[in-house]
Amino acid sequence: MADETPVIEVSGPLDRRTVPAHHEAARTLLASLKPGDALRLDLSRVTAMDGAGAAWCRVLQDQVVRRGATLSLHAASPQARDALSVFRVRLEPPPAPVPTPGRLERVGDSAVRASQAAIEFLSLAADTLFFAVQGLFRRDRRRVRGSAVVEQMVRIGLESLGIVALISLLVGLTVALQSAYQLRQFGANIYIANLVGVAMTREMGPLMTAILLAGRSGASIAAETATMVITEEVDALKTMGIHPVRFLVVPRFWGITITQPLLTVISDALGILGGFLIAVTYLQLGVTSFLDQLIGALQVKDIATGLVKSVSFAWIIVFVASHRGFRVHGGAEGVGLATTASVVQSIFMVIAADAFFSLLFYFGD
Amino acid sequence: MDAAPVIEVVGVTAGYADTPVLRDLTVRIAPGRVTTIVGGSGCGKSTLLKVIVGLLRPWTGTVRVRGLDLFALEEDERDEALSRIGLLFQQGAMLNSVTVAENVALPLLEHTALPRAVIREVVRLKLELVGLADAAQKLPSELSGGMRKRAALARAIALDPDLLLCDEPSAGLDPQTAADLDRLILRLKETFQMTVVVVTHEIASIETIADDLVMLAPGGRLAFTGSLAQAKASPIPDVQDFFARRTRAAPAETRPLLDFLEGRA
Repeated sequence: MADETPVIEVSGPLDRRTVPAHHEAARTLLASLKPGDALRLDLSRVTAMDGAGAAWCRVLQDQVVRRGATLSLHAASPQARDALSVFRVRLEPPPAPVPTPGRLERVGDSAVRASQAAIEFLSLAADTLFFAVQGLFRRDRRRVRGSAVVEQMVRIGLESLGIVALISLLVGLTVALQSAYQLRQFGANIYIANLVGVAMTREMGPLMTAILLAGRSGASIAAETATMVITEEVDALKTMGIHPVRFLVVPRFWGITITQPLLTVISDALGILGGFLIAVTYLQLGVTSFLDQLIGALQVKDIATGLVKSVSFAWIIVFVASHRGFRVHGGAEGVGLATTASVVQSIFMVIAADAFFSLLFYFGD
Repeated sequence: MDAAPVIEVVGVTAGYADTPVLRDLTVRIAPGRVTTIVGGSGCGKSTLLKVIVGLLRPWTGTVRVRGLDLFALEEDERDEALSRIGLLFQQGAMLNSVTVAENVALPLLEHTALPRAVIREVVRLKLELVGLADAAQKLPSELSGGMRKRAALARAIALDPDLLLCDEPSAGLDPQTAADLDRLILRLKETFQMTVVVVTHEIASIETIADDLVMLAPGGRLAFTGSLAQAKASPIPDVQDFFARRTRAAPAETRPLLDFLEGRA
């Protein structure tokens, strides 16, 4: 009976070049195995074996065991024995595999992670608002440091001024040009002033400024914060008894809260200037009639709406960027991921908030 | 030293930009032996490894690995030759965007036609060999420096190369792990007749693993080459100082500063 047990014989080298062929050859034998069979592996004529060969022996055994059969080492050449011992391959049942989480568990995991992130985000926002307001009324080390705020205003506001102005001018030009073509058909040329004025102050000014700042200042806040986390600077602050939110986020918070409305006003003005250029050149409107129409159309409420929006967009940008920065993990590539995630998430949230505001102001009238 | 050398570096001068790091260096490394390369920092030890694996083209002289000049080969032949060389970088040089297991699997996927199941098993065996079986699914950035180095060694030996080059394998490791690594290198050499070249500063490690010793002098010249026993008996002052862990007398131009610091000025 013992002679009837099937044998897998390997001769010659068993290495990374020959393993694929042996694997293929063993396939038919494996397919014919029945539960309870005892398969023997004969390695007595193996002339050389490497890690791939040793690994193949283990894989072979796994596959045999999975079919309910057993594999035993019948004989092995010294070379094979050496290789198996170096790689600590014993042909014994493999350890039970670690169960991988099922679909439902993964969904649950990500839901828990998402809710944790949301709680972290909200507590960061609450911390920031608390320290930002508290700091205004303190005279001790917890005060808001004016020099840090000014530095952030320069970095966030002044350095973005050029690009915000240029983009707003171009947006104003484009909006005016697209609508001028339509208005002309109805002889309603003069309403270009209403259209550009209201569109820029209520929508395009705050939105374009927010998108530019999310890409420019938000990304730099996220990258700076993430780098400080990776290099353990944030931990160093904590051990010195300095709250990282108060030290890092509050100056940025005030910096962007002050500069973003200012940038928005500039954006509004430049956008209207773009519309004005189209009106006087393409539609041949008079300068005074454009201005009269514009002043008649614009209400304080339009500008105020835009400024309220711009402050809330600023807060979204600074909270999202800081949150992504503090949550970073991994090394240098973690910083890149945090920065990208911050830009995508803050632009998304800005646009979502804009839609929310539009509904609010529309139905709230 | 009778067998044909695995690595033949003859009259090599090499360096970066305009600065030569190695000057007219001739080194032969024998098969199936562990050769340690020693010398102070900046002597060109790592540069020598780069020249050997073809990362840096020598300005003059020739480098042959198993008789082949890597720079003269066609791309396929060169890749095949390189697949038989394992290099452990000083900082590990793991790909940071994929897991440790995927790092180790990479050369197997590129250079072999092995079935996936076998590759997975090779990766597991190699990681177990360096004591990192539990870290397989981690990203390299989640490992400590010493663990990253061991993971990099697992990648270097993924294809069972017959030539293994290690740039300071035990730097940053605790003494026990370093000793384990030395034992592993010896076993690989004995079982697979692997040729191993190790750049190291650790005298304890040299005593354990070295068959041969190559010593570079400042300026990238050869100070000594020969067996470990010959090195210990060598009359060359640099070599004697190395084993006695002595520093040479400071060069003349730094004397006044030393005198000043020690209050003799």
